[in-house]
Amino acid sequence: MPLKSTIAEILGGSPIQPLKHHMTQVIACVDLLPRFVEAAIAQDWQNAAALREAIAEGEQAADELKKALRRQLPTHLFMAVDRRDLLDMLLMQDKVANKVKDIAGLMLGRRMQVPAPLEAAFRAYVDRTVAACHQAHRAIRELDALLDTGFRGRETHRVSDLLNDLDRIEHETDRLQVALREQLLALERELPPVDVIFFYQIIDWIGDLADRAQRVGARLQVMMSGGR
Amino acid sequence: MDIATAYIALACVFGLFMAWGVGANDVANAMSTSVGSRAVTIRQAIIIAAVFEFSGAYLAGGEVTATIRNGMIDTARLAGQPELLVYGMLASLLAAGTWLMVASFFGWPVSTTHSIVGAIVGFAAFGIGLDAVHWDKIGSIAASWVVSPVLSGLLAYGLFMSVQGLILNTEQPLRAALRYVPGYIFVTALVTALVTLTKGLKHVGLHLGSFGAFGWSLVIALVIALAGVAVIRRLPLDPRQDHNFQFASVERVFGVLMVVTACAMAFAHGSNDVANAVGPVAAIVGVVESGTVAAQSLVPPWVLLLGAVGIVLGLVTFGQRVMATVGTRITDLTPSRGFAATLAAATTVVAASGIGLPISTTHTLVGAVLGVGMARGIASLNLSVIRTIFVSWVITLPAGAILSILFFYLLRAAFSA
Repeated sequence: MPLKSTIAEILGGSPIQPLKHHMTQVIACVDLLPRFVEAAIAQDWQNAAALREAIAEGEQAADELKKALRRQLPTHLFMAVDRRDLLDMLLMQDKVANKVKDIAGLMLGRRMQVPAPLEAAFRAYVDRTVAACHQAHRAIRELDALLDTGFRGRETHRVSDLLNDLDRIEHETDRLQVALREQLLALERELPPVDVIFFYQIIDWIGDLADRAQRVGARLQVMMSGGR
Repeated sequence: MDIATAYIALACVFGLFMAWGVGANDVANAMSTSVGSRAVTIRQAIIIAAVFEFSGAYLAGGEVTATIRNGMIDTARLAGQPELLVYGMLASLLAAGTWLMVASFFGWPVSTTHSIVGAIVGFAAFGIGLDAVHWDKIGSIAASWVVSPVLSGLLAYGLFMSVQGLILNTEQPLRAALRYVPGYIFVTALVTALVTLTKGLKHVGLHLGSFGAFGWSLVIALVIALAGVAVIRRLPLDPRQDHNFQFASVERVFGVLMVVTACAMAFAHGSNDVANAVGPVAAIVGVVESGTVAAQSLVPPWVLLLGAVGIVLGLVTFGQRVMATVGTRITDLTPSRGFAATLAAATTVVAASGIGLPISTTHTLVGAVLGVGMARGIASLNLSVIRTIFVSWVITLPAGAILSILFFYLLRAAFSA
């Protein structure tokens, strides 16, 4: 006789735990970025290559988790959160890891030098971007409590506060980006033009990273308000 | 051996077999929300189930047993040939038991209640005559199969919303839990005790009167609630813990409540589902002892006992293995959610037991789980199971009926030869 229980059959696997797990993996990638940037600034390309390798592996692992969660969500599941919101959020989380990989890949590929006068501003910019990712992670870690309270009331306010902080951090990175561009503009005639073009691109991509972290938060907001 | 003893012996064997089936299959479902929420271990669940299935069957199972025994068919039609009722009830037990075995083999979620009701209606309609069936009673039983999951779903939705409003969604969830959880324990115990004392005990020969029953229920509920408070007080909890840990502490308080609702659920299941096995046995014993198809006589307590023993046997030999798989399959049913589903189902089932309606415990619990899901309390539900349940619901009635007609003619031929 097959050992089955109707109640156990009806309770589908939780999509919440894998989603949190995926974000943790993404953040592990993000956390390698400051160390990679330090290695690049120090022109320690051997170390930087090892770190980029680790980032690529982390991104690959996140990709696997993403695919596993997608496979786990057949259409006949009835979930506490909207299926499309959840998949959107998963995709956006994944894009965070992809961007980290792209940034590390380009900087390593071009053996990119951060102009000495810009080092401090560049570090601060990267730090705030990483902080934005961490803030998104902090909000996602509240998913359990959100589920416990049925996505309403006090807990949603708490998460909204976390997301407001995330928006604030993202605005800070915007300001830092503007300042960094201005500093680069003042210097750009003294630097090799091709390097300057790519440095603008890296600044842009780091901005994208902060932006994606913010969009993960925005998806969480949609998920909370998407009451049936 | 005379023919009367043979009838009773056969009835006991078939009845025990049926009760074994109930214990092997249904009990694991009845306990699944408790085991799944990690509030009780599998070992504890087995002990709770053994004790409370037994007491539920014995103390509160009389009303449903009476329905299965003589509520659905017009036994007066058989006054001239009481042995037909014996063949019919034996055939029904055999048919329902066989169908359950077949269904379990293929893993279909069939209900013991549906099988036995289908079987009895089948033999009565074709073996005696279409007008021998109390169709109005069958109609209300069939309606209760639709109403009970819906009702327990609504109850579970309401309970989970109340848990959110009173406890989870407050500034100090832990403090709120310490304040309100004893109240939930009180309600759980009160409902169970009330139904048992007002409806069940008369079948074991105890008469308390409605006033006495209410008073005793209050006392029992109060004692259990106070015991709950004492257990909660001993939990190592710190109300100053930070936000996320507070939810963990709240769930530990709910764990205590969950143990009480698990007991209530096992009790409710025993009170409703044991009848599926012992109802026909009671009918056969009644015919053999009186020699007539007396419509009204007490269900002999030893028959209830037989069913209770069968259920526990099924639980120990097979049910605990199913329970073990449940424990590993269900991963994110927390005590606060499991509690809402279990209490809603237990209340619905025990109320149905009180008015003598044989309903499916499993389907009622499925309704309750869906109710909590609707309140966005459960991460995800697999809705394809609902379709399987519905299909097996539709197939079980004719399957039980056809098998029982078959066995009825076989038995009649065998005994009259």
